[in-house]
Amino acid sequence: MRQPLLTLLWRELRIFIPVSVASTLFYYAVSRDSFASNLIYSLCSTLFIQGLIETGRYGLAYRIRQRSPDNLDAQRNWPGWGLMIPWIVVSGVGGYAAGHMLGDWLTGVQHAPATLVGNLGNPRAMVLSMTGVFVLSLGITYFFYARSRMAEMQTRAEAALRSAAESQLKLLESQLEPHMLFNTLANLRVLIAQDPQRAQAMLDRLIGFLRATLDASRSGSGSGSHSLSAEFGRIDDYLELMQTRMGTRLSRRLDLPDELGRLSVPPLLLQPLVENAIKHGLEPKVAGGWIRVSAQREGSTLVLSVRDTGAGVGGIEGIDDASLDGAPPDRSRFGIQQVRERLAALYGKTASLELVAASDDEGGTLAIVRLPIS
Amino acid sequence: MKATVLIAEDEALLAADLLAQLTGLWPDLHCIASVADGKAAVEQALALQPDILFLDIRMPGMTGLEVAQALAEDWPDRAAPFPLLVFVTAYDQYALHAFEHAAVDYVLKPVRPDRLEKTCARLQTALRQRQLSQAAEPSLDAAIHTLRELLHANADAASPQGKPAPASPLRLIQASAGNTITMVPIADVLYFEAADKYVRVVTAEREHLIRISLRELQLQLDADTFWQIHRSTLVRCDAIVSALRDDSGKLTLTLRGHPDKLSVSRLYADRFKGL
Repeated sequence: MRQPLLTLLWRELRIFIPVSVASTLFYYAVSRDSFASNLIYSLCSTLFIQGLIETGRYGLAYRIRQRSPDNLDAQRNWPGWGLMIPWIVVSGVGGYAAGHMLGDWLTGVQHAPATLVGNLGNPRAMVLSMTGVFVLSLGITYFFYARSRMAEMQTRAEAALRSAAESQLKLLESQLEPHMLFNTLANLRVLIAQDPQRAQAMLDRLIGFLRATLDASRSGSGSGSHSLSAEFGRIDDYLELMQTRMGTRLSRRLDLPDELGRLSVPPLLLQPLVENAIKHGLEPKVAGGWIRVSAQREGSTLVLSVRDTGAGVGGIEGIDDASLDGAPPDRSRFGIQQVRERLAALYGKTASLELVAASDDEGGTLAIVRLPIS
Repeated sequence: MKATVLIAEDEALLAADLLAQLTGLWPDLHCIASVADGKAAVEQALALQPDILFLDIRMPGMTGLEVAQALAEDWPDRAAPFPLLVFVTAYDQYALHAFEHAAVDYVLKPVRPDRLEKTCARLQTALRQRQLSQAAEPSLDAAIHTLRELLHANADAASPQGKPAPASPLRLIQASAGNTITMVPIADVLYFEAADKYVRVVTAEREHLIRISLRELQLQLDADTFWQIHRSTLVRCDAIVSALRDDSGKLTLTLRGHPDKLSVSRLYADRFKGL
């Protein structure tokens, strides 16, 4: 972290001036020397003490950064209290002594009473001056420590905000896929002239889909819930839009037993799975196929499944797994990952998502979500 | 001005509407076929040789770009001029960038009449120029040049999206046949060839089939080691012994340690220049 030298000096001065003034007043109050003499000694001592502390702080932080560049404290020039406390003691004693020698030289007197050596015979004065030195040293250090903490916390808070905003944007983008949206609008444009009633019906579906998507993305990826029948309703909206576009290439079935309709589920939980089934399963397949979304109860578990007869999970067998890890996560993986994350955040280990190749002759993919019924 | 058009669009409503709009703007335009997937587009275009081809980008089977590539590779030498291409897309930002770069005509869905009118005007001008020059060769050369630009621009545009060269290229292929999984070191592979949903992996001794698309596989290979010479062939460059150009200009590669001869498509022939 490079800072302009002037800023750095100004920051040091801002602490140097009040500390020197305070120590002058302190020693003026406890010693019999003149104010001017105390001022000179205080300025000199503070200069050396602060100089030593600061050199140590930057130097130690630099060493730590070289060993572990990720250390956040060290990035903010803070080596940690463990190293700083012994260093403060050294700086306090050394700086005090050096300051006095400089003071003696400046005032031209061999100043006895308040010096370190002279104080050996006077315990009260000795304790007073040393306490003063250490309180001031600690004060200096604490000032910089607090600054570094604040800056670090601010950096962390900013990073957290940014990543939250990014993931929300990514979520919205994955749900409101522009390609789907513009193709739907293109169909709508045609229908308005050809078949206004069908156009209206399609528009209603689009409105339902948009409203649900925006609501779900605004409430964040985790919170909120709606009934399972509402979930199936939104899936039906989406599939009806796809139906208009794909025509006979798509057939669909939604199986929701009446008694399960009122159970509550996180909004649009299944949407990414249905979208994957269409986008990566059925849309790329020339002949098309069918999709079935169903809900079942198994004891206290709600089992939701999305099955398609599309192009299948991978076409990735035969390649060693290590190489696939390096492959970029595409949208479909983001969708699946997002469902997994939501389930983990809301239900912990009691919920799961399983994605398998369908076992019957028709092929395609089967996604199964298991949730506890609350 | 009379002309023929082939429309490749997988959504029936949109295909019908595009045709209606086109014939409204250009009454003499005759639609000789409307197809709903990439493979049919290639077959029909080769069979019917239309003047103009409207290609949707996202179609089942093959993308519009792949259709154009396949046509440029397979277009017969002494045939009608190569069709004028117009791409149609709802939203493909990388493809759009490539179209702009390679100066290829495209329209966005929903198709707006004013934009389509401009496209028609451009197509008519191009057809007129073509009638003046009469020969088929320049149109094919120009199309190949444009498509090369398009393929490069498309690859460049797609790369910042998160498809950089793999950090560690694939070293081993696990090819399964029945109950056996055979380990094939990449270093042994002479060439890869796409075969329907599979890729043939050919080594000096034998060959294997793996279930992956050539495009996915290519992303995991080192592009300097494996050269693309055809939309369905990647060859290890140091396995090539010679490239032979026949009278019609067709390039054929012979390989070290394998009797197969590989043909280089027009689109990739510029790789082999000779010094």
